[in-house]
Amino acid sequence: MTAAVDARDVEVRYDDFVALDTIALRVEPGEALGIVGPNGSGKSTLLKAVAGLLPIASGTLHVFGQPPRRLPVGSIAYVPQVETVDWSFPASVWDVVAMGRFPRLRFWNRFGAADRAAVEHALDAVDMRSLAHRHIAELSGGQQQRVFVARALAQHPRVLLLDEPTTGVDAATEAALREVVRELARGGLPVLMSTHDLESVERWFDRLMVLDRRVLAIGTPRDVVEGGAYASIREHVHTHGHLRLDHEPHEAHAFHPEIHP
Amino acid sequence: MNVLTAPFAYPFMMRAAIAALAVGVLCAAMGTFVILRKLAFIGDGIAHASFAGIVIAYLRGSNYYLGAAVVAVLTALGIGFVHRRGRISMDTSIGVLFTGAFALGVFLMSRQSNYAVDLESFLFGNILAVQQRDLEIVLGLTIGVAIALLVLYRGLLSTTFDPVVAEASGIRAGVYEYVLLVLVALTVIIGIQSVGIVLVAALLVTPAAAAYQLTKRFAPMFGLSMLFGAVSSIGGLYLSYYARGSSGATIVLFTTMLFFLALALRSVRQSAARRTIHASSPALSK
Repeated sequence: MTAAVDARDVEVRYDDFVALDTIALRVEPGEALGIVGPNGSGKSTLLKAVAGLLPIASGTLHVFGQPPRRLPVGSIAYVPQVETVDWSFPASVWDVVAMGRFPRLRFWNRFGAADRAAVEHALDAVDMRSLAHRHIAELSGGQQQRVFVARALAQHPRVLLLDEPTTGVDAATEAALREVVRELARGGLPVLMSTHDLESVERWFDRLMVLDRRVLAIGTPRDVVEGGAYASIREHVHTHGHLRLDHEPHEAHAFHPEIHP
Repeated sequence: MNVLTAPFAYPFMMRAAIAALAVGVLCAAMGTFVILRKLAFIGDGIAHASFAGIVIAYLRGSNYYLGAAVVAVLTALGIGFVHRRGRISMDTSIGVLFTGAFALGVFLMSRQSNYAVDLESFLFGNILAVQQRDLEIVLGLTIGVAIALLVLYRGLLSTTFDPVVAEASGIRAGVYEYVLLVLVALTVIIGIQSVGIVLVAALLVTPAAAAYQLTKRFAPMFGLSMLFGAVSSIGGLYLSYYARGSSGATIVLFTTMLFFLALALRSVRQSAARRTIHASSPALSK
């Protein structure tokens, strides 16, 4: 079976800085993969590379057997962190979620009953239907995050990429998002999600990856949690918060040398 | 009634009204995307850059508006290219390109001992001088840009709101950016005939900014902006006829007045909404 995501020896650079180094990864359809690591470890970079937003310097990266940018329009849904857009944009919750349908529509297609149904279903999935007509600036951070997820769901993608959707959200939103991710994975959708939340990974994901510009560990959440790499990342986050100089060389992590499995 | 119809007894006024209406509506429609992408500076930039095209056309003995259009489109594409490749903001890119193009125009003009171009009509517009052939070109370009807007509407909207997510979904945000810049360039050139290089940015920005005061959704903003563009063009033309002033300046003054009316209306609505909240929650007013 074709892998949903198949990365081999992938390297991504920002000029001379190696953001991702020899990444090997295979994600199957219906699998929810969690990606953890400190700030600057390349979590967002990996998701953007899978989305085709960043060029890879070397290696191969395929999504359902093709380079991401060769996939049909609408195949990949990417949910960025909420601060990436201007929330004073003149749009209601409905308008933003409806934009999720745009990749599926040619210019001559009307926004029809099936599209409206997809938007309503997506709003229901994140429990935002009652706020459909509210302006997006009037939402809390958690509600804005739900709107972004609903937009991705309305797209009916083949791969879903979520960049730290639980950062700064309330417990109710986190529970709702977790239920959405589990439901989508059960339905066969591959989900890749980065997170800073190291406490409840077993309830979210089928597999967990510890990333620090390289894949330090990957496996079932239980195996990874019990392994040294996860413990070191956790210790690092507890000790240093999420702060780390982005250009600190990977090899200089002498304070947790045991993270290399 | 005679007050309304009198100006249009003259064929040149009728042509001017049709041209002004087309230009006003088109600029206002494009302006909606322009201000939401925070590109208010672009109208001014491309208009000034087109000056180089006018001078080059004069030196080559070709049509001035064609020269202006070619340089405007090239500048627009250059702005997009420098923004992406130079990793600088769009505003910075506009600043670099338009001053360069404008300087080229000034340099070329300074080398001529005689310069017979009617610069005033380019700087301040002269819509009353629109001939039948000019009107046909304006209407043709307007229809062309309007069709492009209709076809690209959804892509332009989603790449304006969130270009990164649009790009990930397969909508080519970069292509849409270039197309928008070219459409803005053509719109500006059409607008120069109406209000001139100096004032065309107002037609692009002010109706959309006024509409933004009155609605929180894109589609009504788009519609209101075009309505304000139309009302400004016709209203300004009437004003210029009876006030015996420059048509371009009165059109821009009219649209500026509409903007402040919209701003005032928004303030009134916000005050009323605050009073309603306080009235329904007495604890808040203590």
